[in-house]
Amino acid sequence: MRVKQISVFLENKVGRLSEVTRILGEEGINIRALSIADTTEFGILRMIVDKPDSAYKVLKDKGFATSMTDVLAVEVEDKPGGLAKVLEILKEAGINVEYVYAFVTPSGKNALVVIRVEKMEEGEKVLTNAGVRLLPPEEVYAL
Amino acid sequence: MERWEKEREYEYLSKEEKEKLLIERMKSLLRRVYEKVLYYREVMKKEKLDPEKFSSLSDLKYFPFTTKDTLREHYPFGLFAVPLEEVVELHASSGTTGKPTVVGYTREDIEIWKSVMARSVVCAGGSSKDIIHNAYGYGLFTGGLGFHYAALALGAGVVPVSSGGTKRQISLIMDFKPTILCCTPSYALYLAEVAREEVGINPAETSLRIGIFGAEPWSEGMRKALEKEWGIIALDVYGLSEIIGPGVAMECPGKVGLHVWDDHFYPEVIDPQTGEVLEEGEEGELVFTTLTKEALPLIRYRTRDIVSMSWEPCPYCGRKTPRISRIKGRTDDMLIIRGINVFPSQIESVITEIPGVAPHYQLVVTREKHLDKLEIQIEMTEEFPFDEVRKVEELERKVKDEIESVLGLKVEVKLLEPKSIQRSMGKAKRVIDKRKEGVE
Repeated sequence: MRVKQISVFLENKVGRLSEVTRILGEEGINIRALSIADTTEFGILRMIVDKPDSAYKVLKDKGFATSMTDVLAVEVEDKPGGLAKVLEILKEAGINVEYVYAFVTPSGKNALVVIRVEKMEEGEKVLTNAGVRLLPPEEVYAL
Repeated sequence: MERWEKEREYEYLSKEEKEKLLIERMKSLLRRVYEKVLYYREVMKKEKLDPEKFSSLSDLKYFPFTTKDTLREHYPFGLFAVPLEEVVELHASSGTTGKPTVVGYTREDIEIWKSVMARSVVCAGGSSKDIIHNAYGYGLFTGGLGFHYAALALGAGVVPVSSGGTKRQISLIMDFKPTILCCTPSYALYLAEVAREEVGINPAETSLRIGIFGAEPWSEGMRKALEKEWGIIALDVYGLSEIIGPGVAMECPGKVGLHVWDDHFYPEVIDPQTGEVLEEGEEGELVFTTLTKEALPLIRYRTRDIVSMSWEPCPYCGRKTPRISRIKGRTDDMLIIRGINVFPSQIESVITEIPGVAPHYQLVVTREKHLDKLEIQIEMTEEFPFDEVRKVEELERKVKDEIESVLGLKVEVKLLEPKSIQRSMGKAKRVIDKRKEGVE
């Protein structure tokens, strides 16, 4: 149950981020979730979009350093401690989390987060076994 | 027999066997410039140097050097040793840093050039059967016409494509099936990139088998990259317009230094600071005396290129010419950062060995609070998994550590997006020195 994430490497230059979002807008691609990891030198923009394959192609064609990474779209209860519960499961299994960020739109009553772990296969397994719902790609892209 | 074929015999004579010929040529040159070039006559009078007393090659050390400034001071034709009507071709440098330097050729000079160029292509493994894709610029720059003359003398085919129009160059390579590629190494790399990514062909599968690259210093790592990309053997050609253009020295496939055609261009290696002639094997500035050239004969011309030289016969091809190492850098490209000498080629040799970064880079030098700062900007490869900050930072640190250990100097490293550094059609601009602009 992996979801495709688009990552774009951005040098710290004025207007780079707005260019990415403008290009996606022009292509009719909707951003479902995003996060930016930034250092003083560069930033990495990570996004879940409704049409990952076309987003990847258009950004690559426009000369952006773009890559596609598998991540998990995890449903968490929308109440205090909801995310903690999920992260606890991973911690117990000794699985390192690379990064986490949240979706803009909820999935029904629950909140939705993107999680990338070091060992993707194991992470997928322990979460599923613990009864955590991982959203299938179709459902995520169609949100 | 063609002239170049006859002259190839000199390549197999030792220094001793050639000595008589060299002294004879040297003496006739000194007589000629004394008679025909006012500047040299005045210098020799002032230094009390008599061409007739020249008896051994080591006597050359008493003669003063000629520099690029000497050429500029006598712009345009002041150092010519023949009347202008005997000059059949003129070339000039771009003159970005002052007046251009002008060089002239008589009919005989063009024949010399053809001969040394043909010998260079043969030295690289070429023959009359080859087709040369010549992407050196045609025009005032000597690269284009130099290789054109090589093909004419050899009877090889030449596609005079010149520089630019990169996509079109790829289709010509596919359609005409040339076997030798001639251009600057940075352009060869760019051509391969365009072939792969924009035209969608594998450059290693083209008909090319030899690359003759020059006009800028390039590293062994760059050589490996070019050989892999194009599926060729990549060899270094050396020359400068002041001496004749390309064809002053050429690598053989043994890749153990460049064979200097010393029957025409007599080499010395000197200490750039003191001007002393250095021992065999010592690193210093390369200096040439043109033994045979008519229009613009030069005595001890300082090339500003840093090399070492060996007179040992070549273990690969058996030629007994002097061999110069590949150019380590130029005295004027040499950056002095906090008192340490830095050549762009040293940095290139490090980064071409590290996976994850591309051989596209720029050095930016600034001065902050009286302290020089060297920033190395390098593109990541497109394959690099940059999705995690940690991996990018690790790569940055690795590049930084390795460069620092080679240079013995603290540097800053900045990774850039792929394809963000401007590609060059000719000589790549690697260094941006901002120290001169700012206030100290």
